[in-house]
Amino acid sequence: MSIRPISEDDLHAYVDRALEPERQAEVAAYLESHPDVAKRVAAFADQRGWLRSALGPIAEEPLPPQLNLSRIIESRRRRPSSARWAIAVMLMLAIGGIGGWTMRGATQAPASGLAALAQEASDSYQVYASDRTRPVELRDSTELVSWVSSRLRQPVKLPDLSKSGYRFMGGRVVPTAHGPAAMFMYDDDHGERLVVLTRPMTSDQNAPMAPHAGGNIAGFSWADGGMGYSLVGPGAAEQLRPLANEVRKQARSI
Amino acid sequence: MSDMLHQIEPVIPALRRYARALVRNHAAADDLVQDCLERAVSHWNQRRDTGSPRPWLFAILHNLAVNQFRRASTRGQHISIDDAGEHEVGESAVQEQKLIYQDVLGKLAKLPDEQRAVLLLIAVEDLSYAEAARVLDIPIGTVMSRLSRARERLQQELERPAGSQGRNVVQLRSNS
Repeated sequence: MSIRPISEDDLHAYVDRALEPERQAEVAAYLESHPDVAKRVAAFADQRGWLRSALGPIAEEPLPPQLNLSRIIESRRRRPSSARWAIAVMLMLAIGGIGGWTMRGATQAPASGLAALAQEASDSYQVYASDRTRPVELRDSTELVSWVSSRLRQPVKLPDLSKSGYRFMGGRVVPTAHGPAAMFMYDDDHGERLVVLTRPMTSDQNAPMAPHAGGNIAGFSWADGGMGYSLVGPGAAEQLRPLANEVRKQARSI
Repeated sequence: MSDMLHQIEPVIPALRRYARALVRNHAAADDLVQDCLERAVSHWNQRRDTGSPRPWLFAILHNLAVNQFRRASTRGQHISIDDAGEHEVGESAVQEQKLIYQDVLGKLAKLPDEQRAVLLLIAVEDLSYAEAARVLDIPIGTVMSRLSRARERLQQELERPAGSQGRNVVQLRSNS
């Protein structure tokens, strides 16, 4: 009977006692006639024995409380599972979404019209007028007018409020739910800032000037020939009325 | 639920031993095992093989350990390593044996992670070659070649004269 050649894998399996008894005997016979290989295999077997003896005691140590499986199972039961959390979060988002949608008239920005424009102008004021690092994107008036006119696809005129004591600082294009709007910013000698926002109107294409106020800012909004304007600044609305009138007068002269 | 308890619980001591031999930090190893048990409990019904849970549990633990190694190496952080052998060797061991064990464990620690893992799973945790291949998600041929390399390399370390190794240790310490 011819014996299959002994492979390196057989030698390891011999050390690990993973061979069928018959093969185990064949390898043992081979090792008897090959002392060099037998020496290596004996060394591997020693390693195995030492590792098992050295590491064995770890498995006999008493388990710390953190590895008590009954406790782990119990604490998972008391705590909602991650899947349940996910469902709860999704439900809350859904309720929030539905609630938010049905409540939008009461609490959120109106969908269109002059009130929407007023809100956008107030938002722009809140975000950019308070920015001490980069309140405006462009300071060059010619460049700015050309930029915003191309984005709004309308000739936009830059209101000049210098006679009222407000210097032009610069401006930028700002995003709104109704497309891009042009924002211009001004400041006076006290560092008070004003924002004028203008964009094409889809509804309220012609609307008389209306004041609005919220928090510590106020403003006036109106629409003329399809373009909406809103002027927002700090303090009371009435103080801003002459400025709003001035902007309207200049815009009409385009 | 009690079936899960009865199947997982007997494996915990071995998981602990594997984790400690792999990460060589007592507290970090037990944290890994805890993490492994929590995952095992929450995914118990999703395991594909309803046979022995041993390879499945070792696979969870091994992947957690590998992720930890990876995180540690990308952040450039190191889990502090307990002095080789000192904590691992049980108090019951006779003094002379204890020295041998510490030496073996210290040299085991020098093996590349993937070689150490194969050697531990097969020689200490008694996983079959096929089970080790599943745990490590590698072909069985790769298990065999890693096992062979691990044993050869460990043998080289063990046969290295003590003097040259001593210098090596000093050098490593002064670098850190």
